[in-house]
Amino acid sequence: MPANFAPTALDYLRFLPEILLIVAGTLIMVMEPLLGENKRNAFSSITLVGLIAALVAAVAANDHPGLSFSNMLIVDGFATFFRVLVIGVGIFTVLSSSQYLRREHAASAEYYALLLFSISGQCVMATANELIMIFIGLEISSIATYILAGYLRDDKRNNEAALKYFLLGSFATAFLLYGIAWIYGSTGSTNLTEIRNILITGGGAHSLTLAGTAAALMFVGFAFKVSAAPFQIWAPDVYQGAPAPVTLFMSAGPKAAAFAVFMRVFIVAFGPITNRWEPFVWSSALLTMVIGNFAALMQTNIKRLMAYSSIAHAGYVMVAIAAHNQVGVAAAMFYLAAYALMNIGAFAVITHFSRQGEKYVNVDDLAGLGWKQPATAALFSIFLLSLIGVPLTGGFFGKFYIFKAALDANLVWLSILGLLNGAVAAYYYLRILVVMYMHEPGESMVTLEPLSPGIRTTLWAAALGTLILGIFPSLLLNFATSSSALVK
Amino acid sequence: MTLLDLVIFLPLAAFLLILFLPKEHEEGIRRFSLVASLAIFVASLGLIGPYWFGNPGKFVFETDFQWVSSPNIRYHVAVDGISLWLVLLTTLLTPLCVLVSWKSVQKRIKEFFAFLLLLEFGLIGVFCSFDLFLFFVFWEVSLVPMYFLIGIWGHERRIYAAVKFFLYTMAGSALMLVGIIYLYNQAGTFDYAKILAGLQNGSVAPSYPEQLLLFLAFFIAFAIKVPIFPLHTWLPDAHVEAPTAGSVMLASVMLKMGTYGLLRFCVPMFPKAALNCSGWIITLAIIGIVYGALVALVQPNMKKLVAYSSVSHLGFVVLGIFSFTQQGFDGAVYQMLSHGVSTGALFIMVGFLYERRHSLEIDAYGGVATPAPRLAIVFMITMLASIGLPMLNNFVGEFLVLQGTALINMWWTAFAAVGVILSACYMLWLYQRVCFGKASGEVSGFKDLNLREYSISIPLILLMLWMGTFTQSFIPSISQSTAVILGPVDAKRDVHVRNAMHGALHAQQSPLRAKESADAR
Repeated sequence: MPANFAPTALDYLRFLPEILLIVAGTLIMVMEPLLGENKRNAFSSITLVGLIAALVAAVAANDHPGLSFSNMLIVDGFATFFRVLVIGVGIFTVLSSSQYLRREHAASAEYYALLLFSISGQCVMATANELIMIFIGLEISSIATYILAGYLRDDKRNNEAALKYFLLGSFATAFLLYGIAWIYGSTGSTNLTEIRNILITGGGAHSLTLAGTAAALMFVGFAFKVSAAPFQIWAPDVYQGAPAPVTLFMSAGPKAAAFAVFMRVFIVAFGPITNRWEPFVWSSALLTMVIGNFAALMQTNIKRLMAYSSIAHAGYVMVAIAAHNQVGVAAAMFYLAAYALMNIGAFAVITHFSRQGEKYVNVDDLAGLGWKQPATAALFSIFLLSLIGVPLTGGFFGKFYIFKAALDANLVWLSILGLLNGAVAAYYYLRILVVMYMHEPGESMVTLEPLSPGIRTTLWAAALGTLILGIFPSLLLNFATSSSALVK
Repeated sequence: MTLLDLVIFLPLAAFLLILFLPKEHEEGIRRFSLVASLAIFVASLGLIGPYWFGNPGKFVFETDFQWVSSPNIRYHVAVDGISLWLVLLTTLLTPLCVLVSWKSVQKRIKEFFAFLLLLEFGLIGVFCSFDLFLFFVFWEVSLVPMYFLIGIWGHERRIYAAVKFFLYTMAGSALMLVGIIYLYNQAGTFDYAKILAGLQNGSVAPSYPEQLLLFLAFFIAFAIKVPIFPLHTWLPDAHVEAPTAGSVMLASVMLKMGTYGLLRFCVPMFPKAALNCSGWIITLAIIGIVYGALVALVQPNMKKLVAYSSVSHLGFVVLGIFSFTQQGFDGAVYQMLSHGVSTGALFIMVGFLYERRHSLEIDAYGGVATPAPRLAIVFMITMLASIGLPMLNNFVGEFLVLQGTALINMWWTAFAAVGVILSACYMLWLYQRVCFGKASGEVSGFKDLNLREYSISIPLILLMLWMGTFTQSFIPSISQSTAVILGPVDAKRDVHVRNAMHGALHAQQSPLRAKESADAR
């Protein structure tokens, strides 16, 4: 370990996106009392500027890859990928939120500040090379998200969501922390690469058992964060109760970041004991897909339906992790990006459609949307078809790469069962299409307003992204493949 | 850029253009769709050129370039003697479907024609793809427009039928996707020709259990689409509930995706597994032939009757394929085309009747021949073609299939021939109940065929006659391509079976092939 603890300029450059996000968040908190609540646009503009600056910084930092702050952080293609992804999710969230906040008469400054803090936490997670950093990043991200889930504090559903999320989340984080303590106790390190080396070389049978236990404990923590079975119970209630744009954010950003650390920890640090954790991830993946898809079949509330769908999709990514090869990592990266796009699109439609007080959140309320607002419905259809996994959409290639990786790793049965799950999933997505296009419009269509500019931008951009990933997947996959070597 | 690329992408271009047309211009949208689909048809006629006037190699109009770099997915399209005719069938039926829907589709006109053209894009692509992945993409893409066509413009139970149709196909294709990826991991390519060559020369050598599972993965996906008994239950629902154009495309073209897949992928890639399973599959095919015909016999609903007759007719195609004889293969392909023309025409006739009476129940009709004699004549020719009357198209296909099967096992032929007899029963009975007798109040006011309806039915009738009398326009190109597929499969057969069969072949060479070999000499 280097003795020199004074950070260099390069260290700061590599950490710049996080710094910018924190600065922007703090700036908003300082300016709120000065400007007052009626300057809503100022806050969203600052947030957007901060996010775009962070995006540029993240891309720029990729030109200077390497470790920084005494090996605490690592900037590599993998980190950049997830930084860009979560910041991108943040931009879409801001675009979809402004109208919602105005509609619900909610204060906007804290909302944007919390959003920025949450994203900075996810960026730390993406770059963390060390268990304590992972924990800190996870907590920054989670605490901000807990508050966001209950942001409309007069709303009962919001309160329930936040409380559940907070209590269960804290409990899961405790497991994670306990796992970190075990692995530190058995290897004397919290650095992922060092843990790996110790497990490869010095780890006797005794130490491997300890490491296995640590892996199990940390698995609980991560599985909770990505809503993988059997730790998915919180997701439907929280997704349903939280404000729609927050659900949009939660289902894409924190989830992607959690998967990033999941992969980094299990493939780098616990890579030498793959044979111990692979069966667990395998069964969790299958269970997650089955629970998510079958439970979604019964839902009538569209947010809850999408929550179960989100669980199911976490199961697909778990398949890629179970494959524990480089192709699997690349596939998971691609999938998370494609999933973020299509899910953001779907939740943006829900945000738009639900109206004040989230009055219209049942699947049946969408009846006739296809003829009332053809463009919205057509874009929604693209997202739904992508979630089903129909070719020429990003969701298809995502699934394809995942199951290709799984077959590379000889997980034949997992692949067959996973793809058959996809056919089950088609049913509940099709139900939304059926309602939109094949049912007569109901009273929910009468008060429907045109799309707000922010949501319109989100929808078109997400749809374009979904189609581009579906027609020219190489654009993203090549980058994912080149940065999927986590073990150097 | 070859002519084929143009034929594949013109429908997509037309689809995108329709999306930008203002939806109030209903007449304009109809005209545009008609002109576009006719233009596509004319363009596709050019694909015949090398087969009638030239000396084609294995594939023509080949385009092959990389689409996705990792994994190596290629845009590899071409036609051979099998694909060619299926593409033409698709491009011929699309303008006819536009005409059929001219009056009968009254709501959401823009979306209807857009989906019809998107469907054409998917279907043409399926028949021309020589990259497994590309094939799968088109296979799935064709599913979406058909789902909407049934679900939005269908009859009473359209939503149930649409969802059932989608889920059945989806479940099958999930298995096929596993098979495709598994093959890729072994062969390192999705390219059909390379995988086939690898499998034949042994550089790609899955063990026999693997072959069997791969065969089944593909087979189930295709069997659902054909459909082979007992996977057929989605078909009556989808056919009955679909609008006329949807039924036509579904019966005439989409079902052929399944039989085409069997012939193109299942059989040549896994010949040993195919041979070993052929007994079971033929049994299912024969059950399908007889069962489909028997169920058709008792249907009170015209569309359902035609739908079940499709189950029966498609059984012949499967029978022909799994007889692994030259005649069987040729007959299967010919039957695919014939069924496409005659069943398409039958659905169109039912559509004509429905437009006049707004009922699909046979009981609602009777005596149609009195007020609308020309309609009755056209219906009669179509019906006779479907039965398999000599000089009309279906006869050729069924005859060849039965001849091919007879070389292997006389019993199969005997059972399958029952289906031919039954088809005469249900069709003639249908015709009798609909067209003869005394015209009741509603029926007596029927108008006869109008110009639009003539222009739909005349081309189909002419084609039925042409395919029934002048088979030499089609058979040589088909034979050439099926022989390529048959060769390696035949080589895998037990020696004594092969010898016995070839002996029989010499003894009873069909006049058709005798003429061909005379030509060759």
